Amino acid sequence: MLRSLLVRYLRPYWQPLLGVFVFQLAQSIASLFLPTLNADIIDEGVATGDTGYILRVGALMLLITLAQILCAIVAVYFGAKVAMKVGRDLRGDVFSRVGEFSEQEVTRFGAPSLITRSTNDVQQVQMLVLTTCTLLVSAPILSIGGVIMAIRQDVQLSWLIAVSVPILLIAVGFIVVKMVPLFRKMQTRIDTVNRVLREQLTGIRVVRAFVREDVEIARFATANQDVTDVALSSGRLMALMFPIVMLVLNVSSVAVIWFGAFRIEDGSMQVGTLIAFLSYLMQILMAVMMATFMAVMIPRAAVSADRIGDVLATESSVVPPAEPVNATVGQGELELLDVGFAYPGAEQPVLQNVSFIARHGQTTAIIGSTGSGKTTLINLLPRLFDATSGSVLVDGFNVRELNPDLLWGQIGLVPQKPYLFSGTVRSNLLYGKPDATEEELWQALTTAQARDFVTEMDGGLDAMISQGGTNVSGGQRQRLAIARALVKRPALYIFDDSFSALDLATDARLRLALKQSATGATMIVVAQRVSSIIDADQILVLEDGRIVGRGTHEQLLDTNTTYQEIVSSQLTAEETA
Amino acid sequence: MSETHADDKPAPRPQRGGGPFGGMSLPAEKSLNFTASGKRLLGKLSPERLWLFIVLVLAVISVSFAVLGPRLLGEGTNLIFSGVVSKSLPSGSSQAEVIAGLRAAGNTAQADMLSGMTLTPGFGIDFAMLSSVLFWALALYVLSSVFSWMQAYVLNGVVQRTVYRLREEIEAKINRLPLSYFDKKPRGELLSRVTNDVDNISQSLQQSLSQVVTSLLTVIGVIVMMLLLSPLLALIALVTVPLTLVITAFIAKRSQKLFVAQWTNTGELNGQIEETFTGHALVKVFGRQKEVDARFTAKNNELYEASFGAQFISGMIMPAMTFIGNLVYVAIAVVGGLRVASGAMQLGDVQAFIQYSRQFTQPLAQLGSMANLLQSGVASAERVFDLLDAAEQSEDPDHADAPAEVRGRLVFENVSFRYTEDKPLIEQLSLVAEPGQTIAIVGPTGAGKTTLVNLMMRFYEIHSGRILLDGVDVATMTRHDLRSRMGMVLQDTWLFGGTIRDNIAYGRPDATEQDILAAATATYVDRFVHSLPDGYDTVLDDQGSNVSAGEMQLLTIARAFLAQPSVLILDEATSSVDTRTEVLVQKAMSALRAERTSFVIAHRLSTIRDADLILVMESGRIVEQGSHVELLAANGAYQALYAAQFAAPIADEV
Repeated sequence: MLRSLLVRYLRPYWQPLLGVFVFQLAQSIASLFLPTLNADIIDEGVATGDTGYILRVGALMLLITLAQILCAIVAVYFGAKVAMKVGRDLRGDVFSRVGEFSEQEVTRFGAPSLITRSTNDVQQVQMLVLTTCTLLVSAPILSIGGVIMAIRQDVQLSWLIAVSVPILLIAVGFIVVKMVPLFRKMQTRIDTVNRVLREQLTGIRVVRAFVREDVEIARFATANQDVTDVALSSGRLMALMFPIVMLVLNVSSVAVIWFGAFRIEDGSMQVGTLIAFLSYLMQILMAVMMATFMAVMIPRAAVSADRIGDVLATESSVVPPAEPVNATVGQGELELLDVGFAYPGAEQPVLQNVSFIARHGQTTAIIGSTGSGKTTLINLLPRLFDATSGSVLVDGFNVRELNPDLLWGQIGLVPQKPYLFSGTVRSNLLYGKPDATEEELWQALTTAQARDFVTEMDGGLDAMISQGGTNVSGGQRQRLAIARALVKRPALYIFDDSFSALDLATDARLRLALKQSATGATMIVVAQRVSSIIDADQILVLEDGRIVGRGTHEQLLDTNTTYQEIVSSQLTAEETA
Repeated sequence: MSETHADDKPAPRPQRGGGPFGGMSLPAEKSLNFTASGKRLLGKLSPERLWLFIVLVLAVISVSFAVLGPRLLGEGTNLIFSGVVSKSLPSGSSQAEVIAGLRAAGNTAQADMLSGMTLTPGFGIDFAMLSSVLFWALALYVLSSVFSWMQAYVLNGVVQRTVYRLREEIEAKINRLPLSYFDKKPRGELLSRVTNDVDNISQSLQQSLSQVVTSLLTVIGVIVMMLLLSPLLALIALVTVPLTLVITAFIAKRSQKLFVAQWTNTGELNGQIEETFTGHALVKVFGRQKEVDARFTAKNNELYEASFGAQFISGMIMPAMTFIGNLVYVAIAVVGGLRVASGAMQLGDVQAFIQYSRQFTQPLAQLGSMANLLQSGVASAERVFDLLDAAEQSEDPDHADAPAEVRGRLVFENVSFRYTEDKPLIEQLSLVAEPGQTIAIVGPTGAGKTTLVNLMMRFYEIHSGRILLDGVDVATMTRHDLRSRMGMVLQDTWLFGGTIRDNIAYGRPDATEQDILAAATATYVDRFVHSLPDGYDTVLDDQGSNVSAGEMQLLTIARAFLAQPSVLILDEATSSVDTRTEVLVQKAMSALRAERTSFVIAHRLSTIRDADLILVMESGRIVEQGSHVELLAANGAYQALYAAQFAAPIADEV
């Protein structure tokens, strides 16, 4: 996965990559050249006391190092550029891929894991590319150059290279292979740390209310300990790396001297050659060592690449149509034909044979007990899920064939959890219609019965909203979420239990205002309170994923036992009358 | 705003594309703290002093052996060289004779060279001697590697334990921060500090500490060897030390800001990602994908710019160090050459010196690249410290009071509270809740009902007045003690990722299976749990997507039920539960309420009507109180609320 991912993401940057390669090559050649000059200074200059020669060669050497560092800097420039661009692109692609996901995929990965994948995991891959560009590229150049130079010095001794390099590679390879599973664990455990902490931040009030700080600290400590344990074991393996490399390196040089001595003794080799051979062998092994420094990063990056690749390779279960219908649907009439929904692998379907028509200008209410499938039904309309059987039609078009942007443009959703984004009241209201005028905003707030409290808020429309809307009360949050949908002026409104946190008076006023302002739109209202839906044109009674009753309040009150139970559970006889 | 932040206004946060508060324009003071943060980060290692000392000792041993190695190898080379020379000399003659012979022939240079060697003319390389020298070299190298491994092994533990403590410290801190802190910070930003920043610190420390130690020691070792050989030449090499520092400081100064920007942007980006992924469905249905993408892209680009700059600028340190190393090399060659020419120094010494100066360059370059890593780590550390330094909620009193007998009598005496200084929210509120009473709080949204609950739980500190629980001022109790006497079921259902059983037992970890089942049955949780394939072992995911919103609320009720508090607060506890289930739950709840004081915020008449006392709130004040019948008769605010519920829909129908 790592390789294919890198190939894919490096390809657009082949030009700067070529730059990295060229300048690293120049840089490496320069550094291969330096030992010869070093030797010259000593043999020709220092030994003979020729200061002029030392200065000349010294100046040349400085020039070459200057060129070398300039090349190195340019290579770092391109390298940093490529690496950070790859990181940027990966983050962008993971982010937009998740954007395409349906709720099903988001749930499958879990938001915390998706977050780690789009930052921490990308970071690992990015670091690998960076080190590759700044260090690794020159390693093969240096080692190949070293091998050539060494062979030129003495072919007979070259077998030492053929022995020491593979030993080094095998030792390092062994460690790296052992590290891969550890790093896989590491990233999953970082996920867990992330998840535990995110839960604590979300549920901080509950944690404090139940005085469970100690339990949470202990729960975090477990996650922390787990991540530390893996880090410790991978660190222990890593601790082996450098000493092993150094050992191979040093033993090889001892071997060169020992075996070289025999060749010198029988007169087939010069002492100078031995020293040169030694320094080239060092050069080769140094290059290999540099590569091992990188090898430490590869396993972790590989695991991260897998995790990123997983996200990128996951197709959304809600696929936008290949040839979307771009019809302008303006009425928002909704029809469900024999719709069923089941979670993959689940025994019981959540919805079965649901059929109904919601006409525009009318209110269709859905009532039913907890877990009867109301929210699932609602989620099928904007294609947050796709129905597993049957079809959902808006204005006669199957939602699967409609251009998603057009579909969503028609829908004003107020979810059960009225999530607000961090920002201001204004930025939240503009969410569905960025070009709405000030007047439109206030109008929506008026309808949503939110005008008064927004006016009183510090800054009015520009009052701060914290993430999730935690700094306003539940009822205020619901009304802002309703206003947000109203600003959009959609043809199809979906209120998923959106009045539950409102007090009675506000609820009543809101429904009245809604009726007056959103004329002609199709309204789908999920509610618990009968009073909220008593005036609906059509009420659907949902039970265990099936529609067990439909009609107006009066009709259902007469004929439907489930509905009667619901009504009698909340209104006393005199109030129903 | 709350406990310690009474006069704190919410800090403005960048909106849409970063705005004027983008990461690049960080306050300059940030980088001034850099050295301090670095020191503080090192300070975090102090509990590991003993181990660090061991690391140092091991490193000294390992490096000394490694530095001695080349000397032995050099001796080996000398042996070979002497052997070759000896072989070329006529056998039978002594070394002195050969040298004298050379001098007589006018070959002074060669004679000088030979006089420095131990020669046995006519014989070749002394392999016995060579093998023993090489054996020692081998032994030194093996030992050096073993010590170097031990050093890395111990250091790994030091770093990981330090990082563990750092995470632990953050976690403890989070539990001490006032709630208002979390109102202001995006979750993803905080999360990033714990995962991305701590991870970065861990990697920086792990990679740099061991390298810094060995590199520094190598530099020192080499300098010592140089001083032994020639103090004058050593001085030349030493001149580079300040030069190195100046260059590193020069580059570091520029890259620091960028590293800080890199990690700030990472945090902000994480914040955006977290928020977008949390509100995933809304982003879609509101057609905001493009805008969200654009905002993300802008921040992502900012991150790219910062990290590219940081890596590029700091990446220059290493080539610069290499250059300095080469500069030293040439300088030594020149001066050494001059000294040899003037006869002040032996050629062999200069050669050894030059070799040492080569050894000097590599650790120097390594130190440079470590400076780079460390900077990035310190930038992350700074962000972690920033969190650790945030103002905490006020300390619990040293000698905390506790009600002698808990009966659940709750009294508000002239309580005033405001979230922001200039906006009073609750003014001079007084109320008395007798033990066992059920008190319903009604009123328009925003009247301060939830705030009242927040004050009872002491999530926020009151501005003036007193709240008494069984005669004891809650401010003199510990928060833990107070809260353990209170149970609450919130409007926002929150369950943690775990089994249903564990979630119910959350408030009472020592509950038996029977207790749990009893609570579940009483709150009608048992009914739906039975229909789940795994029953009580069903694992709830973090989105809670495998149970419905109503079922989640039932679970939170079961959780409070099991906790058996003396004061029960129900804030819209059953808003998502269908009314038929609610009727059943109400029955269970009334049993639960019987022995305890309970506060109920609800909009359903059925819940309110049975209350012993109804408080009608408006704009932070209690405008009416009494029973359902009394209040209806009073024909005031309550009557208006009541009328709105049942009159309005009927009016519509007409």
